[in-house]
Amino acid sequence: MIKDITIGQFFPGKSIVHRLDPRIKLLITVLYIVMLFVADGLAGLGVGVVFMLLAFLLSKIPFKLMLKSIKPLVPIILFTGILNLFFISSGTPVVEWHFIKITDQGIKTMIFMALRIILLICGTSLLTYTTSPITLTDAIERILSPLKIIKFPAHEIAMMMTIALRFIPTLIEETDKIMSAQKARGADMESGNVFHRAKALIPILIPLFVSAFRRAEELALAMECRCYHGGEGRTRLKQLKTAPRDYIAVAATVLFLAAVIALNRLLAS
Amino acid sequence: MGIIRTENLTYVYGEGTPFRKVALDNINLDIDEGEIVGIIGRTGSGKSTLIQHFNGLLKPASGSVFIDGEELFKDKSRLKDIRFKVGLVFQYPEYQLFEETVYKDIAFGPRNMGLSEEEIDRRVRETARLVGLEESHMEKSPFELSGGQKRRAAIAGVMAMEPKVLILDEPTAGLDPRGRDMILGLIKEYHAEKGTTVLLVSHSMEDVARTVSKILVMNNSKVFMYSDRSSVFAKSAELTEMGLTVPQVTRVFDRLRAAGIEFDDEVFSVEYARNLVLRLLSERGRKE
Ligand SMILES: Nc1ncnc2c1ncn2[C@@H]1O[C@H](COP(=O)(O)OP(=O)(O)OP(=O)(O)O)[C@@H](O)[C@H]1O
Ligand SMILES: [Mg+2]
Repeated sequence: MIKDITIGQFFPGKSIVHRLDPRIKLLITVLYIVMLFVADGLAGLGVGVVFMLLAFLLSKIPFKLMLKSIKPLVPIILFTGILNLFFISSGTPVVEWHFIKITDQGIKTMIFMALRIILLICGTSLLTYTTSPITLTDAIERILSPLKIIKFPAHEIAMMMTIALRFIPTLIEETDKIMSAQKARGADMESGNVFHRAKALIPILIPLFVSAFRRAEELALAMECRCYHGGEGRTRLKQLKTAPRDYIAVAATVLFLAAVIALNRLLAS
Repeated sequence: MGIIRTENLTYVYGEGTPFRKVALDNINLDIDEGEIVGIIGRTGSGKSTLIQHFNGLLKPASGSVFIDGEELFKDKSRLKDIRFKVGLVFQYPEYQLFEETVYKDIAFGPRNMGLSEEEIDRRVRETARLVGLEESHMEKSPFELSGGQKRRAAIAGVMAMEPKVLILDEPTAGLDPRGRDMILGLIKEYHAEKGTTVLLVSHSMEDVARTVSKILVMNNSKVFMYSDRSSVFAKSAELTEMGLTVPQVTRVFDRLRAAGIEFDDEVFSVEYARNLVLRLLSERGRKE
């Protein structure tokens, strides 16, 4: 049910991908996304596929999880694929039937687009699968911290993100519990029309909001009791340190990016 | 055949993830109608998981559950009726309150059953009286009640459905001794008045010992034993190993018996112990 949502879920492990510095992982993800958008043909994306598979094998994440992360986006992939298939009229026609015209160009674009979306999802899920949310926000804070000079609240934003991320699983669990409790009292959330279903949400949303506010209050109190007063002068328990493997990883990614650009040039000429 | 029966019931959380956990391992149970049963086991032993199978909130990974002779999940459209037959009060039930008034909240379950207004009204007032909520509370917002009152209102919400089986998950968690006695008292009273089957989950032996007649001990996702109080407490060594304890009074009286003082009864509660001591003392006084 709700528990099956895996986007943004962390799967602990000790692989080399898990151990990379989170800042470096963010950088690599950005480079990877650039790689996907720079590629202007299937050959370029092929390099992306190789990169993805390599990272994926190194991370030791079960293959099933990857498929699971793609599943919710299948409709979007299908939708863009079909749009491309039917509405691109350049190239040589493969099928022509009444007003339907499918060209080789259309098929190519469809595959290209679908592949690009899949690669995007896989890459970003790999980041969240191998990096705990807390480490990730830590990295974001560090990356944004130079902006503190212009009064940008980097620490506060990172703290808000950390808290929000921290409470997603808690709230999901809470929702599950409240749903079970109301179902045990005969609440029916699966049948009826839209109006009926919206009304059936009231017994879930009200307790959920009440408990979210209660939690927020308790958390604020607990933080104050431990003398939290914002980012100024705070030291951290876990120092982020880059290791040789981080530089190797970045270098490898840059090589892949270069390969994509080179392929573009080669195939264009 | 009992009202609740399970056959090789197994349940696994997070199948196919690194967090896989077998929460129930091949459970075979047969609980008779009208019984008041305590389910006990240390934290994480699978108590809550087990009871959520009894009204079809969780679907067994393998094996089956029978309620009143009917197999669950055979026909999904019957689940709702099963849920009215088996009332489940969750841990911290006060967090599920949502209506504008206490009255409406207690009426939520009966209303979902599609009862007539008069019947709903009768049930709400009767259960409110049973759990000790006053008339003046009924039109208040549930969020204005005290912790213990909220708890009682939430329990009333399930009792008002008049289920054939009432299951309560740690109904005394987080209450002070007075609140705890009150809840246990009202559960006993409810059982005596309605004669329904009651399952009471707890990890306090003391609570269970003075309320129930039979005890189901869970350990490591398995049923360790299901028997009456005295045979369970006879296994005090094994229970201690599992992180459970035999009630203090029972232990004291076992020692007394070992020391040669004669009495027939098994002792599970302090009140009972006091009466027994008084009786023994007066008998001894007469002899001398
Ligand atoms: N929603 C869930 N997802 C994953 N694992 C769970 C979930 N609920 C329970 N578990 C695991 O299943 C096991 C049994 O849990 P359960 O809640 O049934 O124990 P319990 O006996 O009720 O414990 P307690 O006395 O603490 O309430 C535990 O190890 C727990 O970690
Ligand atoms: Mg529990």
